[in-house]
Amino acid sequence: MGDSSDRSTAEPLEFREVTKRYPGAAQAAVDGLSLQVPAGEICVLVGPSGCGKTTAMRMVNRMIEITSGDILLGDRSVRDRKPADLRREIGYVIQHVGLFPHWTIGENIATVPRLQGWDKRRIDTRVDELLELIGLPAETRSRFPSQLSGGQRQRVGVARALACDPPVMLMDEPFGAIDPINRERLQNEFLRLQAELRKTIVFVTHDIDEAIKMGDRIAILQEGGKLAQYAPPAELLMYPASRFVEDFVGSDRALKRLALQRVRDIDLWKAAAIRVGTPIAEAQAMIADADVSYAMLVDEAGRPKGWLSDRALAGERVTDDLRSPAHPIVDLDDVLRDALADLLSSETRYGAVVDERGALAGILSLEVIQQFLHAAPAASATGADLLRE
Amino acid sequence: MIGVPLAQLQIQEPGGSDACAAANGFCPGWIVENIDRYWTPLLEHVYLTVVPVLIGFALSLGLAILAHRRRWLTGPIVAISGIFFAIPSVAAFFLLQPITGLGYTTAIVALVSYTLLILFRNITDGLRNVPAETRDAALGQGLTERQVLYRVELPIAVPEIMAGLRIATSTTVGLAALAVFAGAGGLGSEILVDKRFKSNVVVAGGLAVLLAAAFDLLILTLQRFMTPWRRARA
Repeated sequence: MGDSSDRSTAEPLEFREVTKRYPGAAQAAVDGLSLQVPAGEICVLVGPSGCGKTTAMRMVNRMIEITSGDILLGDRSVRDRKPADLRREIGYVIQHVGLFPHWTIGENIATVPRLQGWDKRRIDTRVDELLELIGLPAETRSRFPSQLSGGQRQRVGVARALACDPPVMLMDEPFGAIDPINRERLQNEFLRLQAELRKTIVFVTHDIDEAIKMGDRIAILQEGGKLAQYAPPAELLMYPASRFVEDFVGSDRALKRLALQRVRDIDLWKAAAIRVGTPIAEAQAMIADADVSYAMLVDEAGRPKGWLSDRALAGERVTDDLRSPAHPIVDLDDVLRDALADLLSSETRYGAVVDERGALAGILSLEVIQQFLHAAPAASATGADLLRE
Repeated sequence: MIGVPLAQLQIQEPGGSDACAAANGFCPGWIVENIDRYWTPLLEHVYLTVVPVLIGFALSLGLAILAHRRRWLTGPIVAISGIFFAIPSVAAFFLLQPITGLGYTTAIVALVSYTLLILFRNITDGLRNVPAETRDAALGQGLTERQVLYRVELPIAVPEIMAGLRIATSTTVGLAALAVFAGAGGLGSEILVDKRFKSNVVVAGGLAVLLAAAFDLLILTLQRFMTPWRRARA
């Protein structure tokens, strides 16, 4: 068991035909659930209320006992472990955080290290380390939970779960009680943290947007605890396995896919980038070679100035007569959904895409986006990838 | 009640307090001269309060922890301690005498039985009011049931437990004044010795009230000391 984040550990997790049946209930709460979570990935369990997603998660650390089947953490069955020992090795974050109100923040974070009998110096070092990791000032350690905001408490809940560097974390609607603005911030913060820590995480939510954003893989459960589909977000949005999944991800699933990708991820159209004074024959050749029949005037650095008019191309050399300005201009790093919004709100159907230096990199159009949506999804498109720039 | 004797008292004061006492007035002079005779009954009263409350607290805590694990026990425990609570105290002192005789034992057994209902209910409520997510988080971090109880639930229940302790203590100070019927002394016996003499009744009764107030303050201070987290605000 490591005590510093740079020796972070993770283990794969596997559900094998896991069933939970409560006595007297007609339907199983979780029915023959099988799925594998590779080490270091976030698996989101999502579905309507009563689909058994929380039950499935709570069977991992035996807060709920398995009726039949098995859950393997690494290569060991959780059924062979003493619940208290097992739980100390699994980070646990819940919606209402459940910080201990009578303990200081430092004591709260040190919960598991104290149970594991670490000495005081090691605990103090670890608490400082974790406070820094979650971006809270060091003096927070001597405050009580009631003195913190909801967002800060949630961060402390994450720090407490990470204290002993567990190979697996369970998170049950961890951002569910946070207002939308802070929720987004906490989600981003957590994804950045995860990019560094690479824990195996089971994340429960009822919100498909959160699932798409947070998950490396998404397991959609339907009533009766049946697995409807288990796939990376982009695949789920592209190829819903059933009517249920299609309905659950929503009719705007095309838009949701766009939210997962950046402009640089798709094949842009090529446009003729022409400078003032270019001989007309050369310009015509460039236009013939491009995907767009209009030519873009660029400056010395290759930055787009505007679409050239027919008159500009009528003489011997190209002049700076424009038919329309280069608007909108989108960035290679823009999220596709935002770029689409820019296209829709402008008069032209073509958006000039520029690279980091501002030079023209290609043309984005509604057709380009449409083609992309009908093509196979990129394998690695997840919310986390977007933040990993 | 003391208006007229007071007027007489001022006139007769130089002549000594006996005259005031003879007139059954409220006599500060007499009180100053005779205050020593109240110390022993007061100490007995402290004993008759502290011992039953401590025994009652230990019993209630044990029963509450038992009922916390086995919920079905709560009903029967409340019912039985409710019956104890309903028995008139004087009757209890007399009823117990054939078994425990005259003296402290009888008084203490009866007084303990009166604290049970209050303390048991407050401890049980305190444990039950611990937020479900706090308990869930504690178990989820790997605390055992026993650790959850002693490190999380009981400390969080301290304010409610202390509230019960304050009520139980005040009640016991009052009821201990009747312990004289069990032959256990206390301030009650001092009242009975000369129950027609106002100065005596006022001093003995007043000491009981002061004692109750002192205990209350003591427990309140203890509680504030034990729950720094309740006062911490942003």
